[in-house]
Formats: sequence, structure tokens, C-alpha cells
Amino acid sequence: MSAVTLKNCGLVPLAALEILDFCAFAAALRQEVDAQGRIAALFAAPAGEQFDLFALIARDWQGQLALLRSRVGARYPSLTPELPQVHLFEREIAEQYGLVPEGHPWFKPLRFHPSWTGRDAWGRDPRRHPLVGEMDYYRVAGEEVHEVAVGPVHAGIIEPGHFRFQCHGEQVLHLEISLGYQHRAIEAQLPSAHPLARVQRLEAAAGDTSIGHATAYALVCEALGATLAPPRAQTIRALALELERLANHVGDIGGLATDVGFLPTASFCGRIRGDYLNLGAEICGSRFGRGLVRPGGVAFDVEAPRAEKMLERLDSMARDTQGALEIFFDSPSVLARLEGTGRVRVEDAEALGLVGVAARACGLAVDARLHHPQGAYVDTFDHVVIEESGDVFARARVRRREITDSLAWVRRALRDLPGGELRRRVAPPAAESLAVALVEGWRGELVHLALTDARGHLSRYKIVDPSFRNWSGLALALRGEQISDFPLCNKSFNLSYCGFDL
Amino acid sequence: MLKILRERLRQGHRTAPYPQQDPVLPERFRGRPRFDLERCPPGCRACLDGCPYGALQVRDGRPCIDLGLCLFCGECAASCSAAALMFTRDHRLAARRREDLLSGADEPRLAQALDARMKKLFGRSLKLRQVSAGGCNACEADLNVLGTLVFDLGRFGIQFVASPRHADGILVTGPVTENMKGALLDTYAAVPEPKLVIASGACAIGGGPFRGSPEAHDGIGDLLPVDLYIPGCPPHPWTALDGLLRLLGRL
Ligand code: SF4
Ligand code: SF4
Repeated sequence: MSAVTLKNCGLVPLAALEILDFCAFAAALRQEVDAQGRIAALFAAPAGEQFDLFALIARDWQGQLALLRSRVGARYPSLTPELPQVHLFEREIAEQYGLVPEGHPWFKPLRFHPSWTGRDAWGRDPRRHPLVGEMDYYRVAGEEVHEVAVGPVHAGIIEPGHFRFQCHGEQVLHLEISLGYQHRAIEAQLPSAHPLARVQRLEAAAGDTSIGHATAYALVCEALGATLAPPRAQTIRALALELERLANHVGDIGGLATDVGFLPTASFCGRIRGDYLNLGAEICGSRFGRGLVRPGGVAFDVEAPRAEKMLERLDSMARDTQGALEIFFDSPSVLARLEGTGRVRVEDAEALGLVGVAARACGLAVDARLHHPQGAYVDTFDHVVIEESGDVFARARVRRREITDSLAWVRRALRDLPGGELRRRVAPPAAESLAVALVEGWRGELVHLALTDARGHLSRYKIVDPSFRNWSGLALALRGEQISDFPLCNKSFNLSYCGFDL
Repeated sequence: MLKILRERLRQGHRTAPYPQQDPVLPERFRGRPRFDLERCPPGCRACLDGCPYGALQVRDGRPCIDLGLCLFCGECAASCSAAALMFTRDHRLAARRREDLLSGADEPRLAQALDARMKKLFGRSLKLRQVSAGGCNACEADLNVLGTLVFDLGRFGIQFVASPRHADGILVTGPVTENMKGALLDTYAAVPEPKLVIASGACAIGGGPFRGSPEAHDGIGDLLPVDLYIPGCPPHPWTALDGLLRLLGRL
């Protein structure tokens, strides 16, 4: 077998990764997917005049990851027709390096930035900055069919993005989502950035997932330096990650309550979300976990009296949370709005490679904390929350149940913090290697990969935010729905624009 | 229904008694930095070299921090072995002029109120259109929080509105990505005169962590005239509220 297997937070010397010809690479990928593997990342890196393609496969039930490598020139046969889950990865590679996946059924730019090689996959003038949103949109023609365009600037305090609905009366036939407005060139800039700026850019890759992305980055650095963060630091990281999950899940249920007009839960959850953010700030001073996670460990301790105080506050917060959720889920008028709305079929979720809450709401057991545990999750996380119905209700219920689980996990961790140091010096990175880390952020799986050159410097950094996978899920959820249900469906996914745009 | 009422009673009323009482911030909150110059060993540059954004500077021979570039990460203070630099819990950081964001050993220059004419126009009712122009959405998240019960922005007559045509000004977050520049300038143009521009967060002031990105503009400074700068990454809701109320002469 030509794939190299490894565990989460593993490292592979590049020399150990055989360069397959593209046909063998494609066949091996298909085989992995047939054997229930998920393609967690597909990305390119320059290799002389050519480009290396790397695929990361998650073999969830074996708790294993696998890597495949190939080398291509300016064009290669698209894998998307057979493996739809790579559709966005191929478009991303095309935009970054100008490589054309021949036969891609939906071949459009993603983020509208100039290519990194001066070669444009769409034949646009490479010296000019592409115009954001300029592409052919899918159109449905016919009597009574009309198009509704929304954004990039929306009403309210939210990020920019463009949505186009093809509607027949009230019914949505198709939704196309075009992003890129928040593109800040994080991936392109990471290798040359100051080490402190690297972790800070990742903390700001998706601002509501600071702990998640910073943890993934720290794990990659530690894998490259063959250094483990001390156990106390690992637990503090996971504690902060679960608080991040709690704040966002509670906030999302509040958002759903707002959209269905159930005001008590909307206002309670708005406040309680803040309580979780403030609890995180007790650890590191920032409501968004900024400054806490650093390669080698964490920058702030949770001393015994602090843990004690946090536990006390958690008790009353847990009561408020449960109260706010109970009245929401007990209300028949609320359930009537959530049930059956915005349904995604499990086959589609699997084919598209959805992750996180959206995947688990369709019955897919995808959770890196269970399948690919790292740090404090090893042996402490034993079940994945799944729901079967794939609708807004299922996405809400997954959050509700995860809130209960995270609360229990956080309390246990606070009572039982391992002793010892907070941070270790990370040894210099291994040369010509590839390191990988998966972290289950609150929206879903975060995948970070790094390549180093002959001197051990970062030569390529790859980030996969869960929103990159899941926006396609939202588009599918809208098919056949009333356009007036868009806000509710959108909220039930609550995806990140900046996490997609990077 | 009864259950809902019971829960309402139990969870109670939670609007903070601000500005009558100072807000309570977490013990480790990093607000305005403080220099104790007597402690600085001669020739020491430890803090200056550690900041990737050049926020630590020497002005007139004395160190200071440009709050417009600072992310309040605290790494510089942690690297100061002489304990000459620390971050206090003072959340009042907003300023009207760019140079007033330089924070050294002297008294801080907090934001002054608008002039009499503008204050007459906006002092009792200020409508703002928010524009996200890049950034990470944490700034937006903590602006949204201003609308929740704890802060209750509406009681001060300040409101975020959907249309720039109904707005008295814009509040910008993010470093202004190339892909949002056009939409930002269009939104600004759509606001009727006279209008205010507020730069909220390190990104909007100077690019924040994305300073130097080829796909962003290092903030709105070169694009629009700024009336109020609100530092932070993201600014704490109390910092933003303090800045807005000072601008309106309400503090
Ligand atoms: S706290 Fe501010 S000045 Fe200090 S290192 Fe961080 S960004 Fe630079
Ligand atoms: S200033 Fe900081 S918090 Fe605000 S958008 Fe920029 S990176 Fe995010």
C-alpha cells in the first residue's frame, strides 16, 4: 500500500511519502473512500516546476490518518466527479497555483485573489486583482422563476458574503453562495510571518474559534519539534476549547430562538453566552481566548483557587443554561418551526464531506475528539452525539446535548487538573517533513498541516476550517425550502465567513 | 407558559448599573499599559524587539505603546524581566486623534466630545451602520453584545441600523480587505452628510494581526477620515461603550 499511516499530531518525513503517478493516486483515494475513509484535506505545494498534491485521509473507525502524495503539472483530471467531497479543494488549488482540474463540474474561483504563481486557472489577466464575486452563477430559467441576490453587505452586524437564490415563487430551487470578501491571505503569509504573528493570525482565522485554531497550530509546531505540551497545559487547552464550544452552542440556540421569535430563550442565551466568554476570560483575560494557547503549552495557569471559583460560577451558569434550553425545546410552537426544516440527507452529507455539528445532525459519527483524540481527550471522551433527522431541529438538538456533555467535561477537568509545568520549549522543527493536527472545534473539525524545507523552515501551511466544508451543506439544506426559511436554516449552521475566506 | 414565567423570574434583571458604577473586568483583563520608567535598565530593548507589529516604540527617548497597533496580547509585558511594563485593567482606551493612541508614561488622552454643532445633531440619538471589512468576526461579536441586556446600548440613544441612508455614520471593523474596499467606500458614500467614521479594533485602525497582508489595507486610515478610534483585539464591549459615550460627551 502506498499510503503512509499516522496518528493525529503525527509527523512524516517527506522522503517516506512515495510520489505516485496521478492514476495510482486517484485509485488509492477512491479505494480509501470506498473503505469509509474521509478526505480531510487535499492541497498542493510547489515542487520545482511541478506541484505536489497531498491528500489527508481520516480513517475514523481505525483512529488513523493516512497520507497520499502525487505530482502534477499545469492540469490534471478532476477527481470531483467521482469524489464530490474534494470539489472545493480542487477549486482552491486552482485559485492558489493556477492548476486546472480538467472536467470539474463547477469550476469557479472561491476567494477571488490573484494566484500565487502568476498563472490564472480561468485565463483572467494575472496582473489584475480579480473582481470579487465576478463569475458565472447557476441560473434557472422559466416562467415565474426569479432570482434573489443578497449581500455582500447584510443588514445587521455580520460578515459579508453573497447569496443568490433561484426561486419559483417562494420555493428555492437553488442557492449559490459566493464568498471571499474577508480574504486576508492568511495561508500565503504564514510561513514568512513572525512566530508570534503566526499564532495571532490563526487566533484570528475565525475569531470565534481562537482556541481551536491556536491549538491546532500549537500541535503542529509540537509535532514538528517532537515536543509534547505538559499534561496540565493540555488540560487547560481542552478546558478552554470546551468553554468555546459552550459559548457558541448557547449563542446559536439563542440565535435560533430569535429567528423563530421565542424571546425568553433568545435573551437568556444572549446573556449566558457572555457568561461563558467571561469565564474563559478568567483564565486568560480575553473573552475570545486570545493569548492563551502557545506552542509548547499555555501562557496562563488555572490555579486551585481560580478553578474553585470557576466551578462555583459554572454551577449557576449551568442552571441558567438548562432553564433557557428547556423552555425552548418544550415549546410546541418552536418545535413546529424547527422540525423538518432545512433537511440534509445523510448520503449528501457524506458525499460532500460535511463535518462537525452539521454532519452529526445527519447521523454521521464524525468527531475528532473520539476518533482522533489528542491531549486531554485521550481516554476521557467516549461518545459522539448524533441525531438522525438532518434538519434544523437535529442541528439544534446536537448542540443541546453537546452543551450537557461539555459542561460535565469542563467540571471534571476543573476538579481534576493535572499538576506540573505550563509550557515547554519546543525543539527546532524537523527538516523536510509534514506534520498534521486535527482538533474538533465547536463547528467541527479543524485540520492544520505544515511542510518544512531542508533547513526546517515552514514552506507551506494548510488550514481547513469546518466552514470550508459546511457552506455547501447550507446550500443543499435550502433546496425546495421556502426562501423565508433561509435565516433559520442559516442560523442552524452558523458558519464562518472569515474561516472560509482565510 | 407558567414555566416560561418562572424561568423569567428566576433569571431576573441583569442590566449593569453603568456608568454610575465602574464595570467589573476579569482579573487578567489587559487594558491600558503602564510604564514604570525608573525600572527600565539602561539600554534595554527586550520589549521593543518582541512585538511583531511595531506597536512598542520609542518616542522622545521614552518607550510607549501605539494602542492602535497593539493586540493586547501581553507578550511584551511577560518578557519584561524588570517589571517596568504592565497592562492595567483600565478599559478606557478610545481616542479621537491617531496620535492620542500613543500610550506612554504620561496621562492618557481619552476621546474628547464632538464639537457643539455635531453634538447637538448626534448627542441624543446616534444611528450607526456597521461595516465588516475583513477581520475575524470577534469585533462584530462583541459589538453585537452591546445590544444585549447587560449593556443595553439603546438606553444611551445609540443604535445600529440596517441602511446607510438612515445612519449618521459608519463603524468599521477589519483591516479592509481588497475584496471589501469597494463595498466599504460605497457604504460610506451612501451615508448623508455630516457623518462620522469610527474605526473599531486593531484591524480597522492599523491592520491588526493582518498588518502587511497583500490582500488588506492596514485599516481605514488612508481611505476615510476617522473621528474615533477604539483599540483592542477585539475591543471589550466596555471599551467600545466608553468611546462612544465620550464621543457624544456623555461621560
Ligand atoms: S501586547 Fe501589544 S505591544 Fe505588546 S507584544 Fe502584544 S501586540 Fe505588541
Ligand atoms: S481587531 Fe482583532 S478581534 Fe477585531 S477583527 Fe481584527 S483580529 Fe479580529
